[in-house]
Amino acid sequence: MGGLFILRNMDYIRNFSIIAHIDHGKSTLADRLIQHTGVCDIRNFQDQILDNMDIERERGITIKSQAISLPYTARDEKTYNLNLIDTPGHVDFSYEVSRSLASCEGVLLLIDAAQGVQAQTLANLYLAMEHDLEIIPVINKIDLPSADVERVIEQIDSELGLDTDTHLKCSAKEGTGIEDILEAIVQRVPPPRGNPGAPLAALIFDAQYDPFRGTVIHCRIMDGTVQSGDIIRFMYGGATYKVEEVGHFLLARQKRDRLSAGEVGYIIAGVKTISDVRTGDTITLENRPCDKPLPGFKEVKPVVFASIYPIASDDYEDLAVALEKYKLNDASFVYEKDASVALGQGFRCGFLGLLHLDIVQERLEREYDQSLILSVPSVRFRLTLKDGTVLYVDNPSHYPPQMSIAKGEEPYIRAAMMMPERYLGAVMKLCQEKRGMNSSLSYPGPGRAELIYEMPLSEVIYDFYDRFKSVSQGYGSFDYELIDFRDSNLVLIDILVNGEKVDALSQIVHRDRARACGLQSCERLKEEIPKQMFKIALQAAIGGEIIARTTITAFRKDVTAKCYGGDISRKRKLLDKQRKGKKRMKMIGNVSIPQSAFLAVLKSDTD
Amino acid sequence: MSLPGLYIHIPFCRTKCPYCHFYSTTDLTSVDVVIASIVGEMELYADEFDTFDTIYIGGGTPSLLTIQQLDVILSGVHRHFHIPPNAEITIEVNPADGDLAWYRSLKNLGVNRLHMGVQSFSDQALTFLGRRHRAEDAVAALENTVRAGFDNFGLDLIYGIPGQDMQSWRESLARAVSLAPPHLSAYQLAIEEETPLWQRHQRGSFDIPDEDASLSFFLETSAYLERSGYHHYEVSNYASSPSRKSRHNQKYWDHTPYLGLGPGAHSFKEGRRWWNHRGIEGYLKDLAAGTAAPVAGDETLSREDLRLETLFMSLRTARGIDLAAFRLQFGENLLKEQHTIIQPLVDRGFIVVNDERISPTTRGLAVADQLALIF
Ligand SMILES: Nc1nc2c(ncn2[C@@H]2O[C@H](COP(=O)(O)OP(=O)(O)OP(=O)(O)O)[C@@H](O)[C@H]2O)c(=O)[nH]1
Ligand code: SF4
Ligand SMILES: [Mg+2]
Repeated sequence: MGGLFILRNMDYIRNFSIIAHIDHGKSTLADRLIQHTGVCDIRNFQDQILDNMDIERERGITIKSQAISLPYTARDEKTYNLNLIDTPGHVDFSYEVSRSLASCEGVLLLIDAAQGVQAQTLANLYLAMEHDLEIIPVINKIDLPSADVERVIEQIDSELGLDTDTHLKCSAKEGTGIEDILEAIVQRVPPPRGNPGAPLAALIFDAQYDPFRGTVIHCRIMDGTVQSGDIIRFMYGGATYKVEEVGHFLLARQKRDRLSAGEVGYIIAGVKTISDVRTGDTITLENRPCDKPLPGFKEVKPVVFASIYPIASDDYEDLAVALEKYKLNDASFVYEKDASVALGQGFRCGFLGLLHLDIVQERLEREYDQSLILSVPSVRFRLTLKDGTVLYVDNPSHYPPQMSIAKGEEPYIRAAMMMPERYLGAVMKLCQEKRGMNSSLSYPGPGRAELIYEMPLSEVIYDFYDRFKSVSQGYGSFDYELIDFRDSNLVLIDILVNGEKVDALSQIVHRDRARACGLQSCERLKEEIPKQMFKIALQAAIGGEIIARTTITAFRKDVTAKCYGGDISRKRKLLDKQRKGKKRMKMIGNVSIPQSAFLAVLKSDTD
Repeated sequence: MSLPGLYIHIPFCRTKCPYCHFYSTTDLTSVDVVIASIVGEMELYADEFDTFDTIYIGGGTPSLLTIQQLDVILSGVHRHFHIPPNAEITIEVNPADGDLAWYRSLKNLGVNRLHMGVQSFSDQALTFLGRRHRAEDAVAALENTVRAGFDNFGLDLIYGIPGQDMQSWRESLARAVSLAPPHLSAYQLAIEEETPLWQRHQRGSFDIPDEDASLSFFLETSAYLERSGYHHYEVSNYASSPSRKSRHNQKYWDHTPYLGLGPGAHSFKEGRRWWNHRGIEGYLKDLAAGTAAPVAGDETLSREDLRLETLFMSLRTARGIDLAAFRLQFGENLLKEQHTIIQPLVDRGFIVVNDERISPTTRGLAVADQLALIF
């Protein structure tokens, strides 16, 4: 785009996000907008180009919001700078969406023409409304044979409460309707407000650690202007730094002279002290500060909790550093120090859901080269003690003595499941097994059933999702929202290995599920813990009462018959490999437990 | 330290046994070339090694060599190295090979110890193992051995053969004991990957004993032979008296230097281990090319490597780990630092401990590899 001149005047800037339910085609539409505006040549193009993390490409979902600036010459022959933010659709990453929206004046609300309005369509619409954004409903995938555009238009009116005249239609896959969308953005999304001459107020919505440059801060400039050489101040902690570089996002970072009001871009200021940078904080200029910080973001409310530990206790400091860097790039992740008798020093972490937990773990392992042990995930329970105190407990090791508890409650969700009718029976059976209640059933389309159940969240985080996928043979979609706390007869089960409690494997569960759950934990440990010199007893207990048990037999005979002709090296290498494997295991008492054993305890039993 | 040992590998067999994963060929056309090359190889080491007090000719099947061929080898050894008169000179023999005259000539060549691959006294088991000989051949071969004047010889036996129960194994042991060999080796049949036997096992053609049954065979073998006057001195080896132990094998177990000649042979000296090309072609090509040894690879053992080898090799022997020697070499007092680990093993009857050594019990020998990993 060499000589292309982009007007810097705020009237020619449009900031918008693409929001939708998962898989409705946001990233694919972003592809078409990018191609249409010529930012990427055909040769370097790949589908869902903004999904640039390996883990996003492997799983085919967007995990992080991604910003990109697109120069677009509209029908009025003026060139606009369109700042697009592609957002994730999965509910576990909704914090990414809400932060993106703070940088925008409008959204494209995508609706899959075949699936129609879904839970996250609504949830994201409400988020956009809270931010007072211009909403452009776009019906996508009109090329699908099963597309039912009329029904979706109907839903835009009845379920979303939007003016049906405002909708557009496209096929992101085939590239139809793209220009109309670009025109609508120019015409309907208002240009940003704000005053480039005012004191700097920049909202940090994301950041990333670069080993060479320090922290790369992603921000939206609300007021003022920032350029290299400026001394900036983080308003929350007060730290000051000298700006080294500012720029905006094309497919990679693109350096620019300055960023000013209305723009989305990045600031590099050699920030190596990671804790100075907080998502939601305001950056201003040291010598000409703004009056007060911007409102920032709502605090994240994690729903799933688990502790993580380094496999080798020596790696604790490493893990602490990795978490700090990771957190910079995932504002929805929260953590604090925690310690386990069995596993040593670690961290108690909060996640927005199971997928989030899974992603955090995988990113820590891949991007930060950490070997982790994860405790059994838990929800946050509400306990009322006999003396009247109300306690929220998400960590089994903080569970009070059973005798002191007057009432236990656990969070419930409303689960919405969509599936071809033929799987209805199997799914209902599964939901009942998971203590589902108050069900309702509807048929939104021919052959498609929508089933709603109220269920304890703890049942869902256990292994519901895998089993749901399996009984609906992958054709079902599943979504949930938290509703309230409900009474529950809770108990704490402990897992004992050769009589020693492994606190990281303790779980708070409903009494009716205790025995099955304890047995399952024991069985899974049995599969994963290799045989050792001694018999290993695995037990599950509530207080002093053993509710399930199993044993791992000891080695009986394990020795090679002969080391042939002096070839001792081969034998040593084999043993050395085994020994290294053992080193990566956690010693609990005199039993070596591999990482996989901890993970297996939470694995679904259907695979 | 004791004197080095010499190993000579004869990579030829008349037929290939279906359970065997050692490198050997049934193409006998290059036997003379290989023998000449082995002698040539000696020259390369004449400076590095001087005296050997054990020689072990193994294979493959060295008994398919003629006396003339064996003479070429042993004369070569004597030309290049000093062999003291009391040296132990062993050869592996297949019961199907050799007549009385052959055994007598062997004796005249200076060979003083025979190791016979009897494997079993049941023809059914021998058929399963694909061996060339019958039980009666083994008996005849042993008679020849004795008549030729050998007083130091041993038998190899294999247990855990499909179809073999404890009773028939005991009968094989009884047959072996009745022949009064000074040395016995009893191995469990191992299904090695990629062998024809392994393929049959993969297809489910037969079952092999599970760990419990394997342990029963192992313990029964030990008890039976100990009752019959043999000392169970290594995982698979039994001797009628201390002087009948294999002196050569002992060198592998305690890091005494050894030189291996012939395709695939391994050598060890001063912390370095090296090994020749396994394939005859590669071996011959290297030797023909010049003065360099036909070495395929080597490694220098780190302290950790040596430590691990010392542990697992020592724990394969009834003597076990020599604590003083271990402390001298690795600066580590196993008893003091490993107390929490040692006591439970003693309590459960895997090892016995005194001031001088940690020795595996018979049950301990059965899990010697795992024991080594604990320290
Ligand atoms: N037939 C058809 N398929 C489409 C269209 N747009 C997207 N898809 C397909 O829908 C799937 C999901 O597309 P994505 O663009 O990854 O969806 P997304 O909304 O970004 O998904 P998340 O980021 O995970 O929420 C992919 O297989 C696309 O190829 C369309 O217009 N027509
Ligand atoms: S004779 Fe020995 S080396 Fe030759 S194939 Fe049989 S087992 Fe293997
Ligand atoms: Mg996407």
